[in-house]
Amino acid sequence: MNPISSSASFALAICLISILLSPLAAAGLALIHQGLGRSRSAAHSMLASLCVLAIAAIAIVLIGASWAGYSGGAAHTFQLAGLQWNWLGNVASLATSSNLGVNPSSPSSPNSLVLCLHIFAAGLAAIIPLSAGTDRWRLAPICLATIVFAGFIYPLFAHWVWGGGWLSQLASSFGGKANIAPFLDMGGAGAIHVTGGLMALSVAWILGARRGKYTPDAMATAIPGHNIVLVLFGCLIALIGFAALESATSILFNGAAPDRIIGVIINAMLSASSGCLAAVATTQIRYRKPDASLSANGWIAGLVSGSAACASVSPLAAIFIAAIAGVLTTYLVEVFELRLLVDDPGGAISVHAASGFWGLIAAGIFAPTSANSLTSQVLGQLVGMATLLGFMLPLIHGCNLLLNRLVPYRVDRDGDWQGMDIRELGAGAYPEFVIHADEFVPR
Amino acid sequence: MKLIGCLLLLSGWFLVLAALVMLPAFAPRAAFIAAAIGVEVLGLILLMRAYTTMQRIAK
Repeated sequence: MNPISSSASFALAICLISILLSPLAAAGLALIHQGLGRSRSAAHSMLASLCVLAIAAIAIVLIGASWAGYSGGAAHTFQLAGLQWNWLGNVASLATSSNLGVNPSSPSSPNSLVLCLHIFAAGLAAIIPLSAGTDRWRLAPICLATIVFAGFIYPLFAHWVWGGGWLSQLASSFGGKANIAPFLDMGGAGAIHVTGGLMALSVAWILGARRGKYTPDAMATAIPGHNIVLVLFGCLIALIGFAALESATSILFNGAAPDRIIGVIINAMLSASSGCLAAVATTQIRYRKPDASLSANGWIAGLVSGSAACASVSPLAAIFIAAIAGVLTTYLVEVFELRLLVDDPGGAISVHAASGFWGLIAAGIFAPTSANSLTSQVLGQLVGMATLLGFMLPLIHGCNLLLNRLVPYRVDRDGDWQGMDIRELGAGAYPEFVIHADEFVPR
Repeated sequence: MKLIGCLLLLSGWFLVLAALVMLPAFAPRAAFIAAAIGVEVLGLILLMRAYTTMQRIAK
């Protein structure tokens, strides 16, 4: 007989169902990215999303999972100032194992289940930068960047937060919970969204703007998305995926009881709703009409910001956090596009990086427990955010600059106006009925 | 400017690590970490300005 108890079996079942549904988050984002891009790059965008998911899965199984590790697993540590720092996982790779099952003695955190979740989490994180590279990022460098991101960059931070690394041990290593609480990232706001968003920022910097996006005097031109229906449908798909991913990470990495998953699902729905409505209201007030693409961004921004403390905040707090994210996103998209001249067609930098940062600090404010005071939790969150900005961004940008030297990221000048579909795939996504209007691109 | 921005970002992170190791009391540690984040924000601003300037020149 299987020795797993009935409660553990229930947790395992919930976890497995959640992991199975989590790819819907990536599917939703893929639809959003391609809908917000131009029609002449639609097929390329979807193929790039598939390639990213495929490469991320292989990279995480072959390399990343060993580094990401899991809480209580083997790790590389070193001594500094009399303290033991857990920097990198060192668990045995499951790549050659033919027996990927659940460890009956510890069904709540089995190695293969963690691997399974990392496959989809890394894929989701790696798909985020596609938004910033829409219409000009070539397929070969996309694949290369994904190997580096899913194989090395994502596992590093995932280990620090979810695999028993130093950020998850802040309290035990640096003065107790009264002084500093462990970095809280229940649903992946930092490990998935901020790392993906920072990658998007780096990619947008390296690629530069699409041709025709800015006039010679640096005025932005509107290049509207080609299929807003797909974008909004992607939002609905992403909701299921986000709720599932947050449920799985809450159980596996944060020890949440299965009955807390109901709260996670409620909070996910409220976060998405609040973020979207805040964006609808903000754009209605600013432009006199609601903007569909910014409202879609608000929906995702709400989900991202709510994921940091998805299982430990009240529904009211979830609504508030997401509403701020929704408003913030509508302004930041404009700041990046108009003032900083960063061409990010899908708004990934604002939606994932900025809203992720807001969600992390909000988790410190709204999710302190009896063991962790507000101040100690906020301090723990600040350390995690400083690590994302101060270490992960230079690391990500350095890797991208190096890869860009090896394989140039940007398509050539002709490919820019021709579209990625014809240039890289040889056929368009809509060959029968789309006329490519070139009013945005002076030839 | 880009290199200095990246170095400032890294410096800010090392300041955070230094605060964790060297300052056990809450108040000075929090102040030091806040200052370190300020350094990181300066680095980010510098990096953004560098790329914005590049984009303007490209136009």
